[in-house]
Amino acid sequence: MAGKLKLYYFDGRGKMESIRWLLAAAGVEFEEEFLETREQYEKLLQGGSLLFQQLPMVEMDGMKMVQPRAILSYIAAKYNLYGKDLKERALIDMYVGGTDDLMGFILMFPFLSDEDKEKQRAVIVQKATSRYFPAYEKVLKDHGQDFLVGNNFSWADVHLLEAILMVEEKKSDVLSGFPQLQAFKARISSIPTIKKFLEPGSQRKPVPDDKYVETVKRVLRVYYDIKA
Amino acid sequence: MSGKPRLTYCNGRGRMEPVRWLLAAAGVEFEEVFLETREQYEKLIKDGVLMFQQVPLVEIDGMKMVQTRAILSYIAGKYNLYGKDLKERALIDMYVEGITDLMQMILVFPFSPPETKEKNLDSIKDRAINRYFPVFEKVLKHGQDFLVGNKFSWADVQLIEAILAVEEKIPAVLSGFPQLQAFKIRMSNMPTIKKFLQPGSPRKPPPDECYIETVLKIFKK
Repeated sequence: MAGKLKLYYFDGRGKMESIRWLLAAAGVEFEEEFLETREQYEKLLQGGSLLFQQLPMVEMDGMKMVQPRAILSYIAAKYNLYGKDLKERALIDMYVGGTDDLMGFILMFPFLSDEDKEKQRAVIVQKATSRYFPAYEKVLKDHGQDFLVGNNFSWADVHLLEAILMVEEKKSDVLSGFPQLQAFKARISSIPTIKKFLEPGSQRKPVPDDKYVETVKRVLRVYYDIKA
Repeated sequence: MSGKPRLTYCNGRGRMEPVRWLLAAAGVEFEEVFLETREQYEKLIKDGVLMFQQVPLVEIDGMKMVQTRAILSYIAGKYNLYGKDLKERALIDMYVEGITDLMQMILVFPFSPPETKEKNLDSIKDRAINRYFPVFEKVLKHGQDFLVGNKFSWADVQLIEAILAVEEKIPAVLSGFPQLQAFKIRMSNMPTIKKFLQPGSPRKPPPDECYIETVLKIFKK
């Protein structure tokens, strides 16, 4: 039943990156097929592999899974990164919902015009420092534990680290004023599986560039301009 | 544990409606607090009950839950509407996420500028007929009454909600989908859902001008 675990997406972050992070954090190896041409995408469509005609798609345990949230929940549960009971799962889901919203502001960033990019950078930093980071800073401060939920490493920790690093790429000192998050970042980054993922040569993808944007637009035939 | 779940939101569908549907489908009674003024909203923020300064808020089992998906997953898990194992849960999650993408288009529709409304309506129709409904029509060809595992689940509730919401905009949208037509009738006749579909239930009507004004007033930036 187990067998290969294969990710189908562009060679870039997008909506697949959180999945790469979680698999890596769980110490799970995976293959990747990178979409570069329209033909590859149409082949997947015609083969009926994409339930809602969309990427990302992950082949695992005999399923062709789509919808990032569904994929991530499955991985989290399978590899014991989802808390010990319903209530811990609820907390993890809430926290991941927040970091998902935050990273959502960054998702469209590469596709914006230069002028909109500057505006969006300010929005990202403002949301991070006034809405999201304070919430997680408080969680960590209130319980004083190493991890966000249940004194145990979980999906919520992986997702928050990913979000922190992404926002730091937009403003390097964004964590000043958040001492708990600074300590959290150092702690989680030194967990062996994560440390490995953060090293060069891992399957972590770099900040999206123009080539990535071109590929996505070409494969998905996006002709219109994207606004934030 | 504590009393009934308590929902805090505007007096309308928005992002809370799937929560109302799921609680109702599970036969769970709940209370509602309706936001009518900016001051009420600001007080909630000041009191620190909104983790990300946003509603919906659902107080349930001693938790102040935000983030709609988290709330719905908790309710589904608690009331056995989440399948029997990890793989069934994965299917339910996939189906729910797809339906949510369609519902998102309907959610934002009332707030779109008048000149884009016709185009947006066309998009909703196109997505429903060409992307989402065909998937569930095909799933139901397995001949069972419910989408996943031959058992009533969150996915069924989400789908019936979506079907009815799309039909409000595009009345004949189910023509060409016989499985979905039968599904719609079956779900509508389930006792808890039937009750929710009757007048006087907590189900909210489609958004009107007054609702839109209230939302814009409360959440203006």
